[in-house]
Amino acid sequence: MTRSRLTRLVRAGLVLGAFSLCFGVVAGAKAQTELLNVSYDPTRELYREINAAFIADWNAKNAKKISTIRQSHGGSGSQARAVIDGLNADVVTLALAGDIDAVAQRSKKLPENWQTRLPNNASPYTSTIVFLVRKGNPKGVKDWADLVKPGLQVITPNPKTSGGARWNYLAAWAYAEKAFDKDEAKVRDYIGKLLANVPVLDTAARGATTTFTQRGIGDVFLAWENEAFLALKEFGADKFDIVVPSLSILAEPPVAVVDGNVDAKGTRAEAQAYLDFLYTPKGQAIIAKHYYRPRNREAAAPGDLERFPRLELVTIDAVFGGWAKAQAAHFGDGGTFDQLYKPAR
Amino acid sequence: MSEAALHLPAVPPSRAGAQRVRGESLVVRCLLIAVSLAFLALFLLLPLVSVFVEAGARGFAAYQAAITEPDAVAAIQLTLLVASIAVPFNIVVGIAAAWAIAKFEFRGKNFLVSLIDLPFSVSPVISGLVFVLLFGAQGYFGAWLKANDVQIIFALPGLVLATVFVTFPFVARELIPHMQALGSADEEAALTLGASGWRVFFAITLPNVKWSLFYGVLLCNARAMGEFGAVAVVSGKIRGLTNTMPLHVEILYNEYMGAAAFAVASLLAGLALVTLALKSLLEWRYGDAIAASRRH
Amino acid sequence: MAAVLPTLRWREPSILPGFGIALGITLTALSLVVLIPLAALFLKAASAGPADIWAVATSPRTLAALRLSFTGALFAASVNAVFGLILAWVLVRYEFPGRRLVDAAVDLPFALPTAVAGIALAAIYAPNGWIGALLAPLDIKVAYTPLGVMVALIFIGLPFVVRTVQPVLEEMQGDVEEAAALLGASRWRTVFRVILPPLYPALLTGFVLAFARAVGEYGSVIFIAGNVPMVSEIAPLLIVIRLEQFDYAGAAVVATIMLLLSFALILAVNLIQAAARRRFGDV
Repeated sequence: MTRSRLTRLVRAGLVLGAFSLCFGVVAGAKAQTELLNVSYDPTRELYREINAAFIADWNAKNAKKISTIRQSHGGSGSQARAVIDGLNADVVTLALAGDIDAVAQRSKKLPENWQTRLPNNASPYTSTIVFLVRKGNPKGVKDWADLVKPGLQVITPNPKTSGGARWNYLAAWAYAEKAFDKDEAKVRDYIGKLLANVPVLDTAARGATTTFTQRGIGDVFLAWENEAFLALKEFGADKFDIVVPSLSILAEPPVAVVDGNVDAKGTRAEAQAYLDFLYTPKGQAIIAKHYYRPRNREAAAPGDLERFPRLELVTIDAVFGGWAKAQAAHFGDGGTFDQLYKPAR
Repeated sequence: MSEAALHLPAVPPSRAGAQRVRGESLVVRCLLIAVSLAFLALFLLLPLVSVFVEAGARGFAAYQAAITEPDAVAAIQLTLLVASIAVPFNIVVGIAAAWAIAKFEFRGKNFLVSLIDLPFSVSPVISGLVFVLLFGAQGYFGAWLKANDVQIIFALPGLVLATVFVTFPFVARELIPHMQALGSADEEAALTLGASGWRVFFAITLPNVKWSLFYGVLLCNARAMGEFGAVAVVSGKIRGLTNTMPLHVEILYNEYMGAAAFAVASLLAGLALVTLALKSLLEWRYGDAIAASRRH
Repeated sequence: MAAVLPTLRWREPSILPGFGIALGITLTALSLVVLIPLAALFLKAASAGPADIWAVATSPRTLAALRLSFTGALFAASVNAVFGLILAWVLVRYEFPGRRLVDAAVDLPFALPTAVAGIALAAIYAPNGWIGALLAPLDIKVAYTPLGVMVALIFIGLPFVVRTVQPVLEEMQGDVEEAAALLGASRWRTVFRVILPPLYPALLTGFVLAFARAVGEYGSVIFIAGNVPMVSEIAPLLIVIRLEQFDYAGAAVVATIMLLLSFALILAVNLIQAAARRRFGDV
């Protein structure tokens, strides 16, 4: 019995293996119009709705249909690295311009002036950093100054891999520069103390949110505004409160078509239309619905707009002289983050 | 070496009688059993139970929705596809390696065995990293691959390569000791009677080792379907396209969909339980044949 | 084993066919899948230049990550050695209801995907989890601390010691310990002087295998570790982070250091096994 049956089994296995290999290659090659949006961590829900709306919109107007828009999410820096390593993104929608700059410089798949190709620095929406605290704010956290209190636990992701964490860091730095009147020693002391209060450093914003909300770690979570609102929505407003600090940073998450990839795939028109869609009233309304601040306020539902608190927002250009400088000074190897991040053993 | 097959029975015959003479006191015995069971409950049982409890936390409808959602289905299909390529590849290579190593004496054999074992002790992350360094757009073959429009990293071939790397030793590792223990007398006899090499292999060697082969395939498959670190590095995490089940678990976990994450995880845990059941069945029925290869 | 005579031939003659094709397939696959990729890793690491390699290798963060991975693995493997030995002993020597089930369950960490183990352990040991909630009043935190790393490493290394010790224990003949008992040795003395010594090679092998596996573990650890640089960041995660920061050479350097240590370990295991085989027969 065994001989022939086993032989057949082995042969079947081999044939199956060879077949599936061919099948996989073929399936990969004949993909119809399909876009890949490589994005940062908290935008999953946003782009799920944008994609559905855009596909309906596009397919109603065009003969060449779009079947799916694939999504890939992770820390903004990690995602940029993946595109540089060859992830076939049609569009990148990352947390900060510095990461798309890195893609442009290293992969040469898009021009260095990519940010001028779309309105508003290629950022269809803005956002900012707020504090998420436990219900009733038991530790009485009101502003950035409170974050360095001894014993307070602050949750923020790792600025080396997460875009949101870099905005957190720069917002804190901007506050400190203002509070200590640009006295660099005091600013560094403040940031050092703040970092010493961070017990967990997740690689991306969503992981940090999970740590704070589901695992119950930490007293304050430095969060994207949209992520903080989403946490309230997902877990109930009876668990957390949002605290709006006196000052924060104007985050401009940018988007870009990856020319090298869309030209190879023949998807330029679709990819361009996809990003343009973000700026349309329909796109802006969806953006506002998901707690991102729309550029075109008229397009958004008034109820959505009312949710955004008013606070002083500084820009990265005004305080840090742009992303290139901020990246090198603070987050490069040996930058201020490396110097100041020395947690207690 | 050949005596290994003789005295590694699944249940030592001497146990029942011996306990009278050399057993510990009842108290010590119960204590040791209690300690063992507590340790296992804490580290093995509880995590396993929690997977199923959390998966069912939102009811059966939610569970069903989570595992039939298109991205989840795509992840399941991809996982099966990757395993269906990686496992047969490792079967062929494992058999070839075992034949060369168990049936022949040559220099550097121990070194070769060490090399085959190497992936066991390489961090899965490194197993993924090496392929990024080779085939990534900035890697050594990146420019050539791009010029010829071949996608390895962030596509099926990369996932398969990383999986093959990680599971490389499994089949060979089970076959080698068993084939060594069996010796070559049967094969040599058949050859002198005029059988061809292939016939000897299919009629004698393969049937002799079929259970340890199956055993190795079982472990290889479990690892191939469950691999996380290596495929995480090469996947690109495109939902519905390059997302395997373990990666899908992570994504759901990070999307506030804890119950859905545990639902998909429960499928993998179910796979693990089936693997264990088959494995125990094998050991129970063919313990003698497999015992020889039971050293990891 | 055949006596190795001083000879110029590199392989003993045999009438069995297929040596060429079998070795050919093995070496080709081994080279393509394992050796060439690893060579690329060394090449990349070397491309960093000695000064950079030294800087990466001795940076406090790298050292902290390596220290955590290696001491964590050492601790986990030690725990597994102790409990693995007890488990193997219980499984081989005692009859109790469900023994077969327990025996099968020991292999769970081999079969359960690491990511599943990771989220399950994180869920249990988090402050609001089943065990975490019990420990919280005692002010013991497991998840998101180095202790969480240990828990995950103990989980994944658990079967190794049991599975290496078990067969040797089963094989052990009862007459020696009976003789010891009859000669008046206490049970305690018999266990430590008669029973344990032949187990040491297997125990050591299991220990090193569990250790090697734990050093490189990634999937189960990252969910429960907290991943704080210098505190609960393991070396494999550091490799991923370096990779994600575009620091390919840095990632390759850390990976190479880990790899060399691991290879030394595997070599050691094989030497131990060879030595044990000479001394105690088949292990």
